[in-house]
Amino acid sequence: MVERFDCIVVGAGMAGNAAAYTLARKGLSVLQLERGEYAGSKNVQGAIMYADMLEKIIPDFRDDAPLERHLIEQRFWMMNEHSHTGMHYRSDAFNEARPNRYTIIRSQFDKWFSRKVREAGVLLLTETTALELLFDAYGACVGVRTDREDGVVHADVVVLAEGVNGLLGTRAGLRPPPQPETVALAVKEMHFLPQETIEARFNIRGDEGVVIEAVGTISKGMTGMGFIYTNRECLSVGMGCLVSDFAKTGETPYGLLEKFKAHPSIKPLLEGSEVKEYSAHLIPEGGFKAVPQLCGDGWVVVGDAAQLNNAVHREGSNLAMTSGRIAAEAIFQVKSRKEKMTKANLKRYPDAMDASFVMKDLRKLKDMPALLHTNSRNFFLTYPELVSRAMENYLRVDGTPKREKESATIKAFRKTRGIGGLVTDAVRLARAWR
Amino acid sequence: MSDAPKTAVAAPSRAAMKKELPEHFKAYMHVWVMVELERGHVHPVSWELMGEARKLADKLGVEVGAAVVGAPGAGTREAAAESFAYGADVVYLVENPILAEYRNESYTRTLTELVNVYKPEILLLGATNLGRDLAGSVATTLLTGLTADCTELAVDADKSLAATRPTFGGSLLCTIYTLNFRPQMATVRPRVMAMPERQEGRVGRVVEHVIDLKEESIITKVLSFLPDRSSQKSNLAYADVVVAGGLGLQGGGNLQLVRALANVLGGEWGCSRPCVQKGWAPAERQIGQTGKTIRPKLYIAAGISGAIQHRVGVEGADLIVAINTDKNAPILDIAHLAVATDAIRFLPALTEAFRARISPHANDRLAG
Amino acid sequence: MHFVVCIKQVPDSAQIRVHPVTNTIMRQGVPTIINPYDLFSLESAMRLRDQHGGEVTVLTMGPPSAEDALRKALTFGADRAVLLTDRFFAGSDTLATSFALAQAIRKISEAWGAPDIVFAGKQTIDGDTAQVGPGIARRLDLNQLTYISKIVGVDLAAGAIKLERRAEGGTQVLSSALPCLVTMLEGSAEIRRGSFADALRAARAEIVTWSAADAGITDLLKCGLRGSPTVVKRVFAPSPRAEKAAQIEIKPRSRDTADALIDALFDAKPAMAAELERLAAGV
Repeated sequence: MVERFDCIVVGAGMAGNAAAYTLARKGLSVLQLERGEYAGSKNVQGAIMYADMLEKIIPDFRDDAPLERHLIEQRFWMMNEHSHTGMHYRSDAFNEARPNRYTIIRSQFDKWFSRKVREAGVLLLTETTALELLFDAYGACVGVRTDREDGVVHADVVVLAEGVNGLLGTRAGLRPPPQPETVALAVKEMHFLPQETIEARFNIRGDEGVVIEAVGTISKGMTGMGFIYTNRECLSVGMGCLVSDFAKTGETPYGLLEKFKAHPSIKPLLEGSEVKEYSAHLIPEGGFKAVPQLCGDGWVVVGDAAQLNNAVHREGSNLAMTSGRIAAEAIFQVKSRKEKMTKANLKRYPDAMDASFVMKDLRKLKDMPALLHTNSRNFFLTYPELVSRAMENYLRVDGTPKREKESATIKAFRKTRGIGGLVTDAVRLARAWR
Repeated sequence: MSDAPKTAVAAPSRAAMKKELPEHFKAYMHVWVMVELERGHVHPVSWELMGEARKLADKLGVEVGAAVVGAPGAGTREAAAESFAYGADVVYLVENPILAEYRNESYTRTLTELVNVYKPEILLLGATNLGRDLAGSVATTLLTGLTADCTELAVDADKSLAATRPTFGGSLLCTIYTLNFRPQMATVRPRVMAMPERQEGRVGRVVEHVIDLKEESIITKVLSFLPDRSSQKSNLAYADVVVAGGLGLQGGGNLQLVRALANVLGGEWGCSRPCVQKGWAPAERQIGQTGKTIRPKLYIAAGISGAIQHRVGVEGADLIVAINTDKNAPILDIAHLAVATDAIRFLPALTEAFRARISPHANDRLAG
Repeated sequence: MHFVVCIKQVPDSAQIRVHPVTNTIMRQGVPTIINPYDLFSLESAMRLRDQHGGEVTVLTMGPPSAEDALRKALTFGADRAVLLTDRFFAGSDTLATSFALAQAIRKISEAWGAPDIVFAGKQTIDGDTAQVGPGIARRLDLNQLTYISKIVGVDLAAGAIKLERRAEGGTQVLSSALPCLVTMLEGSAEIRRGSFADALRAARAEIVTWSAADAGITDLLKCGLRGSPTVVKRVFAPSPRAEKAAQIEIKPRSRDTADALIDALFDAKPAMAAELERLAAGV
């Protein structure tokens, strides 16, 4: 007797949990499969959690969700070997009753989220890997086969929330395997420091938090970014670059991270810390152009598996949980109208996604990944050097008349990039941004 | 690892934190060792404990008692004599054919009876299969406290036994007391305590105790005993030279570099606990608190960070060499010499260097 | 037959990773697991059940989160799970623990029949004392058989069991009557992977949860801190030695560094050279 559920959700990450929770709350029977030892064991993230999107799923999550700090300050740094030029925004307005962004620690957050999911009635099987999707004679997905004995289970619809590496969808030919140019490899460490030290170093009190995001020569000309997030008692420190770039240059992620940590602007922030955790993960970077078909007969794909990640704004988990929620709502609509889970009926999901910020944002930035990648040396080596020199020139008071200083800076820009290059970069950037 | 050692003090909230020894326990005196006698052979841990018991008894101003238990003519008299040689003042001797083979029920009955009659304040057992099997049931029968796998035993000013052992996780030590119950029981793993000097011709008192045991009332029957083939034995615990590998070797295959060096040195090889947990080596090669404690003349640790539970297993070595790229690894707290280089590259070089120095003309043993 | 297996949820100290650059051990916040030694006992119980019919009940004493360990045990194929949880048990040492578990087993006997064998793990990876199993045996007046490497067979009709036990230098072949308490050695029986049906059943299962009162424990003085004769008075970091290890200077060629090390070694212990020659020539 093969077990049957309304839905099978493959994966217990942000997207999977959001989908499973929403489906169960709407009264559908849900089986969730997670290949890791526990929900969250395979998930790695910085991590920043966006409250607005979670509120739409669990409105009162602040009651008991494990949240580290709420963010009040953002620092954007452009770095070269010895300096950083930054733009900070810090606002007391972020100290609100229901803060907008938090840092979280995924292993703890996922545990909480998974508990909510199970409390809502979802049956979660851990250490259970879905090996392949099962299709009927008409090519509609009818369930999955897992790696446990007699592990076939059927459902009206399968929600593929299997992450960026998701083999289920690629094996079934529902989407291509991720290309090296469309995924970044990021590594991260947790640096433990006393709470007071973190607060003193980052000029915060209580639960206030700071985010530093940095680009520049730290990625050695590759498209990439480094970050520091403040948690209560530790700092998340990480670096990531495109996999294809790593392959080309032979650099390693942890090599880059070591250099990042040793940078004179970064090192003092980590002084005296105890490194307690080291992890790595793949991040989808392909943007809009890499998003596959989102639904088919008997299946939908959500989260990282659908490349729903806004690398420019570093937003992924909110897109993931939003896609999970929207897909669940679409499935519910199909079910409550007693319709079949066909691609046409499930199209409510991609349609709702188009109407949401998710696809609107991705569409807006669809040219950015390519632009940054083909011009990575400019954006990640040349400009950071130019900017650093310009700033130093500006700030070093050495008797040189100001006009001379300014000409020197302009000359440097022109000489290095040329007027044509500068204009082209500006135009392309503006276009890709819009 | 941060530089300053963390000194965390557990918030003791137990009600019985103070010593308030009930009256009937005040008559309990003397420090006992359960002598582990099996098939005519005494496990050396009993003598190591005898040495410890001597130190504790001297501080307390009491006697050392040895509980020697077995079948008549099966080495009991010899064990009694040896007990005196290693420091016992009194031997409590129980001879009964039913005690020929170790069985939990007969030995528990015997030892608890001895305790109830002669009332020792401290009872020590070796943390061997026999000792642990016996200690738990004796402690529960007597409803007293038992501290297992102690790395240090001492006596406080108020005459309480302070038993120190690593806590879980292995980064800290804790000291445990059985303040208000008697006897205070503790087990100690072999080789943790040093073997005391043997004093030939030393004598003491023998108290022969007769116990009434009925074979019919003992449920376990020993049908046979299958001795190990000698080739199965590894002499790790008693080796004079030990080379060990840890996670820094990055893979089970690299343990052969450890074995090669051990071979050239004529010593034994071992590994840290995580290696066994990863399946790189069998459990009998594990060195550390829950593996083997070693007291070699030379110990070379390659790629081992030195968590406490490992360190307590090797602290007794005369000379410790640590090969570890991390200059802040805890093993450097006990090592005498250190080489901050990658073990995988260094071990073969070290093996060759030793080979040239100590046996340039000898044939190598076959790789183990 | 009815088998009761006592398990413990412990922090997973085995999840140690090595930092790829510094080669240091990462000791991070670890998830909890079933004490690995318990799994050998659980598998042995399940094999006997499969052979002779009956049920396996898994029991644990712990905080409410210990439910995860029980659910995992059900996923492996156990039939029933009981969680003994109560704030009165906080701070229990092994004596207080065996008291509570023994009473819970009596309650289990009332509900689902007396066990033929009570299994416990050889020791825990966090406590390492190996005392709770023997403690339970004593309190329930069960014959105690620890360090069992193999269960040779069970004779239901005779109510007897034949087993092999590891002793010093060899193996004892023993027979015992049932009921008894057994702790299995590591490597004796690898835990199976539960089937899909087992996993589903585990996910759906209602874990029986008992407070001290539910388990019929009335004498609270025998529980928790008050029931524990041992007390931890001090937790401390070992004081580091005054002088750290002498670092041997790294030379460009490994062989030169090795020679420098050996020089320092023989300097520190002049007798070592002769000792090593003796050993090397020895075999």
